[in-house]
Amino acid sequence: MEEKLSLQEWIDLAEQENKGFGDFCIEFQVKELEIDKATLLGRMEEMLDVMEQSVEIGLTGITSMGGLVGGNGKKIEAYRTESPDKSIVGSVMSKAIMIALAIGEANASMGRIVAAPTAGASGTLPAVLFSLAEARGFSKLELAKALVVAGVIGMVIASRASLSGAAGGCQAECGSAAAMAAGAAVELYGGNPRQVGQGVALTLKNMLGLVCDPVAGLVEVPCVKRNAGAAAQAMVAAEMALAGISSVIPVDEVIDAMAAVGNAMSCTLKETAQGGLAVSPTGVAVANHLFAKVEPEKK
Amino acid sequence: MNIFDVIGPIMIGPSSSHTAGAVRLGNLALAILGEAVKEAVIGLHGSFAQTYRGHGTDLALAAGLQGWATDDTRIPKSLELAKEAGIVISFSTVNLGDLAHPNSVRFWLTGANGNTCAVTGTSVGGGRVVVTNIDDFPVEFSGDFPAILTMHRDRPGAIALVTSILSTQGVNVAQMKVFRKQKGGLAAMIVETDQPIDDAAFEVIGKLPHIQAVRRIQLI
Repeated sequence: MEEKLSLQEWIDLAEQENKGFGDFCIEFQVKELEIDKATLLGRMEEMLDVMEQSVEIGLTGITSMGGLVGGNGKKIEAYRTESPDKSIVGSVMSKAIMIALAIGEANASMGRIVAAPTAGASGTLPAVLFSLAEARGFSKLELAKALVVAGVIGMVIASRASLSGAAGGCQAECGSAAAMAAGAAVELYGGNPRQVGQGVALTLKNMLGLVCDPVAGLVEVPCVKRNAGAAAQAMVAAEMALAGISSVIPVDEVIDAMAAVGNAMSCTLKETAQGGLAVSPTGVAVANHLFAKVEPEKK
Repeated sequence: MNIFDVIGPIMIGPSSSHTAGAVRLGNLALAILGEAVKEAVIGLHGSFAQTYRGHGTDLALAAGLQGWATDDTRIPKSLELAKEAGIVISFSTVNLGDLAHPNSVRFWLTGANGNTCAVTGTSVGGGRVVVTNIDDFPVEFSGDFPAILTMHRDRPGAIALVTSILSTQGVNVAQMKVFRKQKGGLAAMIVETDQPIDDAAFEVIGKLPHIQAVRRIQLI
């Protein structure tokens, strides 16, 4: 069996070598992928471009394939720009909510997105990155570097737990996306490697046990709005980590706990649409209505 | 898994398994057919059959059969464009058995030059796929590596001839599997390699004794 990756090990190495976690991750990925630094960051910048375009697609107010979602990113955008004084969470987080919804809606309507780590959770990471970029004027290069940090965090979660809703529930998709986003946010705000790890641990702790219960089996309800919630969780955790707050449970152990929770989770709550919101009376009614429309012709 | 499996792929939504994976299954089926598709009968099993329209699985499969990538923005229009190109595609539900993965599909393909093949494959999550059956041979390959697929007569040396051509071209074998239905009958072989197989090697392998058909699967 392949040895599990350890985020703590890499955090310790980065601190020993007196490097920021972003620089450490880049050097290590450059070796691993046998490409140069410019190529690695260039590919990450391409990802950022696609993410930005996905927001634009979402804001056109499209409707999803199943017809259950669409237009909500646009609603938040109108609310936050027309009456900023009425925002409860403030401009940065309301922007994050908008981006998460817009990309989730773009994804649900067959728009072009970057799976990060999955298509269903693709709104979370860009929501955090782009809202912070607007607040603090981070350059594209800085965001690309933060994406490398996010990717490395995701690799560790994939190795110790899972990134798939079918294997680990929504904690593995939106939870992982949020943990990756929190680590990236801490890096962007100048946190040290240990604080990056704290951001990841604190996020996952707050999202443990989240089930994957898509109505009618589609990546629409509750997936799109959960991306907004996940982005908020990432920001809450990153803020705590930057303030020097630590998780009592170390990061690798939190990831292992997520794996154990995922294994203990009933199959009905892992993307099969047999539990949770999917079997609520309204969820069932929606599914029946959609399946009546789409039943394929028998041969 | 590398970092671009986590940040990426760039794809058309909404689902890595039901959309991106479906495109890749279409790509692999096309490569196995070895020529442009003229007619496709596509059987959807399990979750693919139940939720295909809501995930655009039908559009994704049709896109894959036309050789498009997972991030091609024409995917939402793939069935329309296939029709314009004179490709006949029909869908039905199939039952591939209780043991089959819920995200499975079977293609019955006819090519522009009249070749036919039947290919079964599964989308196993995160856009990763496995082809599990080709023309009633149980096989297993992912398309993660360049590969060649042979249909050959089960004779001594048939396999060695293929691998010796690869070795002279500096192509390293990563994995290989051989399947046969009966001793001395028709056999199938999948050779997954670390390097791409160039035109010259591919052509020579096709002319080897005992080889009835050879297909090349490029990285997708």
